[in-house]
This record gives sequence, structure tokens and C-alpha cells, in this order.
Amino acid sequence: MDMDTAPNLNSGLHRYAVFTACSTFLLLIAGALVTSNDAGLSVPTWPLAWGSVTPPMVGGIVYEWSHRVIAASVGFLTIILAGWLCWAEKRSWMRWLGLAALGGVIAQGILGGLTVRMYQPPAVSAAHATLAQLFFSTVVAISFFTSSWWLSNIPEMEDAGSPRVRSLTIWTLAAVFLQLILGAAFRHKGFGIIPHLIGAVIVTILVFMTAGALKRRYSNVQPLRKCARLLHMLIGVQLLLGAGAWWSRVYAARFPQPVAIMVTLTVVHTVTGALLLATTLMTALVTYRMLRPGSVLADSSATSEQAA
Amino acid sequence: MKKSKLGIYSLAIGAFALAITGCGGKNETSEAPAPAASAAASKTLDPATAGEVTGSVKLDGAAPKMRTIIMAAEPACTKGHTGPVTSEEVVTGDGGALANVVVYVKSGLDGYSFPVPSTPVKIDQQGCQYHPHVAGVQVGQTIEVVNNDQTTHNIHPIPKENREWNESQPPGAAPIDKNFAREEVAIPVKCNVHPWMKAYMAVLSNPYYQVTQKDGKFDLKNLPPGTYTLVAWHELYGPSEQSVTVGPKETKAVTFTFKATAPAGD
Repeated sequence: MDMDTAPNLNSGLHRYAVFTACSTFLLLIAGALVTSNDAGLSVPTWPLAWGSVTPPMVGGIVYEWSHRVIAASVGFLTIILAGWLCWAEKRSWMRWLGLAALGGVIAQGILGGLTVRMYQPPAVSAAHATLAQLFFSTVVAISFFTSSWWLSNIPEMEDAGSPRVRSLTIWTLAAVFLQLILGAAFRHKGFGIIPHLIGAVIVTILVFMTAGALKRRYSNVQPLRKCARLLHMLIGVQLLLGAGAWWSRVYAARFPQPVAIMVTLTVVHTVTGALLLATTLMTALVTYRMLRPGSVLADSSATSEQAA
Repeated sequence: MKKSKLGIYSLAIGAFALAITGCGGKNETSEAPAPAASAAASKTLDPATAGEVTGSVKLDGAAPKMRTIIMAAEPACTKGHTGPVTSEEVVTGDGGALANVVVYVKSGLDGYSFPVPSTPVKIDQQGCQYHPHVAGVQVGQTIEVVNNDQTTHNIHPIPKENREWNESQPPGAAPIDKNFAREEVAIPVKCNVHPWMKAYMAVLSNPYYQVTQKDGKFDLKNLPPGTYTLVAWHELYGPSEQSVTVGPKETKAVTFTFKATAPAGD
């Protein structure tokens, strides 16, 4: 990655990127509510609701239409974000990242339409769910890359020890992403729970390895310590939520309609998965920003508080 | 200059994307009508020799307690209900009689052809429930869906052998007429607006079928003499088969019994 530190901080752009990321998180919640309430096809026409933008807001239509309205809003926010990045950013890769985010949200809209028009085929619905998380991570990354921390002069340290922390973060990121795909495929009836359970074991091991390595090797480095703490907290919460979501689905299976406890646990589990993906990505970015593999640095004592 | 061109392009892409999303189209059209009765069929029904299969369907054991449906969030749904509404997965009558079972002739009618009835099968949405909960219909026969509620419903059959469709029906809308081209027992139907609304449509290729009511009884009349596979299908307990031979002008009695503790598919 190009560790370009030339651009000046654009606090307006950064705040706007954070706002877009937060709006996207709300959109993830709205989308998860649609699935958990089995409301995905309550508005069978797309993109409008029977040619209107004001459908009767009853039953499942409340969830489905709200999701589309929030999605359209996030689409507009992303257009502005991409345009702003292209206009204001000196780093060419950031301009491309903005366009990638724009492409992602357009693809999401198309997938959303396809899932309605094709009556929710599992592959399309799972792709829609997965791309949602990827898009969220992209916007979070844009927020991070426009932050004052990223743009400041950060002393670099050696990525000592085996396995290297940088490698661990990449493996963990890949595992979390794959686990999200498995979760989306299960949630949208592509296949059963077993692959997702196996994925949970692998993700847990990798998250503990990564967070453990960060804590042991860089205990005095605040950003790395924070990442480790966040990873530990999120994986613990997510495992509990996963167990709760599974129990609630079994419990709710014989009820004639979605029950509140099942909806709550499955939605929170889904969006926590998105947070875990974003946090793992941030951890990877922080380690890549701060650590260099196998190099001997001129000032090896500049490790702890200056890195904050 | 280069930066601002890129910015203009990205805004243009965004605007274009918004424009094409406005190009909505109508949803799936209804399924193609079933093929007409074959003219090459060699057998015809002789009313002078027609027989009959009568019987009943029972549930052995205590029926599971049906859960209450919570409709409080929608006053249009609670209107007309005087007490709690429960799901209709297992409905029993006196003496363990089991309702909502589709009893039909699965095989034994090779060579016979049957005209498609012109009378439609009506599915009514009232009190945010489908009436009837289980309906039988012949291949190609019209199903007429009406909405007598003051709220929007959508009718969404989820077949495996037939074409899936999903249509909305606001209050006062015209009936929706559809048919299914292939035999399938049974097609689940749901409403995505009101997730507790469920029904089943059994699509049969012959007219020898009946859906039991609370008395659990069925009566298949005018059967040609022969040996048949008779099936009783229930949404929770699945299918149960029996072989029955009907002689000329003979009436045979058949009883189907489902065990309450062994639901199908679990």
C-alpha cells in the first residue's frame, strides 16, 4: 500500500465519510430487519412500490420500504462522497476507492432489485447480504484513510515474531469475510448451519491469535492495544449472539410469525458481524501503517506513546 | 483539471445509475394456461360402473397446541375476530378427526383424461387469514384470489414444480386469477405483508380429490373400477398412502391415521 502522507487533513471530508459510514450501518440494520421479519417480498415491484413512492405502510411493507428509502439515501451520500474524493483527494488510490464504493452501492441496488424480481434466489440474496458488508467496510476504510491519525507521521516498528502480525491480520480478515458469506448463505437458505459453525471456530482461533499477538508484542503501543481489545470484545459478543440467534430460531420455528426475541438476536448478530469485519479491516490497516516486516529501523526506541 | 473531470464522471455515473433504477417494469405475468385435455385418451368413464371411495382421516394422539397469532399491530386484521386467533397447522374435530387433509388419487387413472373445470376455486383473504387454509384445484383450473380486508395483502405461492409468482392486492382491488400448469401437492402460499398468513394449494391432475373439514370425512365419487393409490397429505404430517381396489359400482371405505408425535420433515 502507498503510505502517502502528503495530503492535508480535510476534516469536512472525513466527517462526511464517517456520517456515510454511520448511515450505512443503519442501512445494515434495516436490511437485517427485512430478512428477520420475512418481509423481503412484501413489495413485489421494484424499484418503486406499484409505481409509487408512498406505499401503504402496513406489516412487512414498513420494513421493506424503509430499507429501500434508506438505501437510496445511502446511494446519494455515496455519490457525493465519491465526487468529493475525486475533487479533493491528492491520493489517486483514494479517488479510485471512492469510485469503488460508488460501484458497490450501485451493484447493491441492482442485486436488491434482482432478489425481489427473482423471488429471493439464495445465491442473489446471499450476494446482496455479503456485498452490503463489503460496502460498509469500504466506507469505514475511507473514513479511516481521511482521519488525522492516518495522515499524521507515525513511527514505524518492526513486525517481529512468528507468525508476523501483519500476516495474522490478513488471514483473520479473510476468515471473517468467508464466515460472513457462510452466514449470509445460511440466513438466505443457501445451505445449513454446519459450515457457518465451522467458520466460527476458525475465526475465533484466528482472532484470538491476532489479538493475543498484538497484546503480547505491542502492549505499550496504544493503537495496537486498542485493536486487540476491540477484537477480543467483539468476538466474545458475537459468539454469544450467535448462540442466542441459533437458540431463538429454534424456539421461534413453531410460532406462526417472527417473534421479537428472534428478530432482535438475529439482527444484532448480523450487524455485529459487520462491525467485526470492519474492526478486523481496521486492525489490518493499523498494523500495515505501523509495522514493517524484518527491517532494522534507525530509531528503534520510538515505539510506544509516540505511536498514539 | 484531471481531478475535476474524474469528479464529473463519477457524478455522471451516479446520476445514470439513478436514472436506470427508475426504469421499473411490471412484475411477472401469470403462468401460461395448462395444456388442453388430450384427445388421444382411450378410456372414458362409464357412469354405470363407477364406484366410490369414502372414509375419514384421524389424528392418533393429542393434537399439538396451536399458537396464538398476534395481530394487534394491525387493526384491520383484528376486526371481525371476536376472540384469539390461532394458527391452523393442525385442526381437529370430534374424535380426533383431522381437518385440512388433501385426499386424492395419485395413480391408477392412466389413459383417462379429465376436462378442466370452468368454475374457479376461490381463495378469500378475510381477517388476515386465507380461507380456505387448504384448497384443492385441478391443473389449469382458475384460482380466484379476493381480498375482503381493509388492508393490503400479497399472495405469494412458493411452488417447486410450477412457476412462482407474487402479487399484491390492496383493499377493493379486482380478484386475481391464476392457474398452475403442473401437478404439485402442495404449494405453500404466504403473505409477506402479514407473515402469519399461510395456506396450501394442492394442484391435482384429476378430479378425484377432497380436502377434509372438521369431521375428517372424504368421499370420492364416480371412480372408474380399478386399483388406485390413494394419498392423504397433511401440511405437518406429510403424505400417507394406501392402495385400494374399487370394483364396478362398489363403495370402499378407507381410514387414514396420522400419529400426532411424528410430524413429517422434522
